[in-house]
Amino acid sequence: MASKLIKDYFRTDKLPHIWCPGCGHGILMRSVAQAIDNLGLDKDKVCIVSGIGCSSRAPGYMDFNTLHTTHGRALAFATGVKLARPELEVIVVTGDGDCAAIGGNHLIHAARRNINITTVVFNNNIYGMTGGQYSPTTPTNEFGTTAPYGNIDKPFDIPALAGAAGATYTARGTAYHAKQLTKLVEKGIKNKGFSLIEGISICPTYYGRKNKKGSAVDMMNWLKDNAVDIKVAEKLPKEKLEGKFLIGEFKNTTEPEYTEEYMKIIERFQKER
Amino acid sequence: MKSRKVKLMQGNEACVEGAIAAGMRFYGGYPITPSTEIAEISAVKLPAVGGKFIQMEDEIGGIAAAIGGSLAGLKSMTATSGPGFSLKQENLGYAAIAEIPLVVVNVQRGGPSTGLPTAPAQGDVMQAKWGTHGDHPIIALSPSSVRETFDVTVRAFNLAEKYRTPVVILTDEVVGHMREKIEIPDPSEIEIIDRKKPEVDPENYLPYEVKDGELVPPMAAFGDGYRFHVTGLTHDETGFPSNSSEIAEALLNRLMNKINANLDDILDYEEFMCDDAEIVVFSYGSTARSAKSAVKKLREEGIKVGLFRPITIWPFPEEKVYELSKKVKSIIVAEMNLGQLVLEVERVSKGNCKVSHLGKANGEVITPNEIVSRVKEVL
Repeated sequence: MASKLIKDYFRTDKLPHIWCPGCGHGILMRSVAQAIDNLGLDKDKVCIVSGIGCSSRAPGYMDFNTLHTTHGRALAFATGVKLARPELEVIVVTGDGDCAAIGGNHLIHAARRNINITTVVFNNNIYGMTGGQYSPTTPTNEFGTTAPYGNIDKPFDIPALAGAAGATYTARGTAYHAKQLTKLVEKGIKNKGFSLIEGISICPTYYGRKNKKGSAVDMMNWLKDNAVDIKVAEKLPKEKLEGKFLIGEFKNTTEPEYTEEYMKIIERFQKER
Repeated sequence: MKSRKVKLMQGNEACVEGAIAAGMRFYGGYPITPSTEIAEISAVKLPAVGGKFIQMEDEIGGIAAAIGGSLAGLKSMTATSGPGFSLKQENLGYAAIAEIPLVVVNVQRGGPSTGLPTAPAQGDVMQAKWGTHGDHPIIALSPSSVRETFDVTVRAFNLAEKYRTPVVILTDEVVGHMREKIEIPDPSEIEIIDRKKPEVDPENYLPYEVKDGELVPPMAAFGDGYRFHVTGLTHDETGFPSNSSEIAEALLNRLMNKINANLDDILDYEEFMCDDAEIVVFSYGSTARSAKSAVKKLREEGIKVGLFRPITIWPFPEEKVYELSKKVKSIIVAEMNLGQLVLEVERVSKGNCKVSHLGKANGEVITPNEIVSRVKEVL
């Protein structure tokens, strides 16, 4: 039987989803829905926008105003929706390739504008939909079908990239730390400005198999053992953080929000009348 | 009381005036010569009417934001020139398959690549039809004057809204930058068409369902309470993706049909002194101005020549040109490219008359004298 969350926020006739067995994306998608539920948002006033790739199939399953766009362009479409209708809560679901490679320019500029959009990156460290090519977050020396001799690229730290570009809220969670991720998405939605939450997913089918990461359970255990909360990390000596990655809230600041600033320009004309 | 403003303005300004008169309330774009004034003037004028302007980070973002704005319920436009038009092609196809009302202005300049940024050309005519991948419908309009740029822009919005399709305005550097005195019609004189909204309640709304005999589905906006799905994937009437060949065929047929079954409404052209003409110059955009001047000169010499000027470029006025080809001895296609619409004229003339091309792609306009000489050669 479907849970209340699923019945309330998903298009149950579109389920089951197309993701592979063991994929972490379903957990991340659930976190987004749970965050929306926790905040009590009106479904009619939520718009979920995605690009192309595994992550970007999520909106099709979710019972909101949903927009599945072209590869890399989710944030540009979302910017149009948000500016045209600022009362909508606009959430972008994207992947590591979608937002940090082909859509990298839109990512940094949406962050720079501090437009009130919440971006949730489903990062599986690989291009899954096309069968396992290295992405901008595939770690150096790991393998993809297009990195048969090991990846010589350096990976992006997506929250750091977004934060440096001007996002006012950045955070990272994982598919293992689902409850924490829900809270981070919630805070991101509440932030009046551009928020980016990276959700580390697992891809046992392509990334895992290509890099001998074991089963989905092994990969979940890896997330559990290697993610260190930033608050804990602050108290740990450097050597204890070797090979680990940070989760938690990285940036939470307040800056003027784009659509509000634009409305001020419009209001100036209305006053003059 | 009707109030008609008389103003000296350039084509690019008339485009924005027409757009706002037609109801444009969203502009997303990126600066590029020779279309930049359209962005600049939109930035100035939109806030005053409660509309939104955004300069995006690139050309792709410009059209993407405009599509987003349209889905949120605002009449939206983007403008560009050659290189930017190339960049926008993928999302132009998105707007075609997802049936998003949208106006895309291309103030044509010399190409290929960066080409001749400040010189006119008509080299993007085929690209307007075939630039994005896959079979798809497109409407493209080409104005010849500043005043006509105003009218054509209003019409572009009306057609975009009525048929839920992207409409391309193919102007050029000459029409975009030339200044003419124009009389802007009173708002009461301008016909405005808005997209049809759904009449069913949200539970029964299928975003791509058409009623019997209709070809264009009503369109809700995000936030209206309809919670529908939009995708660039081939989809059924629910808006969700499908791999079924029957559904793909039905969708494409309907998309093509909504244009092809409404040619009487969409096609627009001017015939000038064609009635007794033995030779017809086929020309559009700024080149048609030279052609008209050439026809007048030649008529003074008693030469039976006329001008056929398509204002709707796509869909191509096939039947009209076919009829013409049966009446005349020769059609001369004058256009600022090395042979684009001439291919269509040849195709639809079916050998009924001689078809020749007077083309130029060096950044210079085709002059009336060049057309006069060509007509005399053909005589």
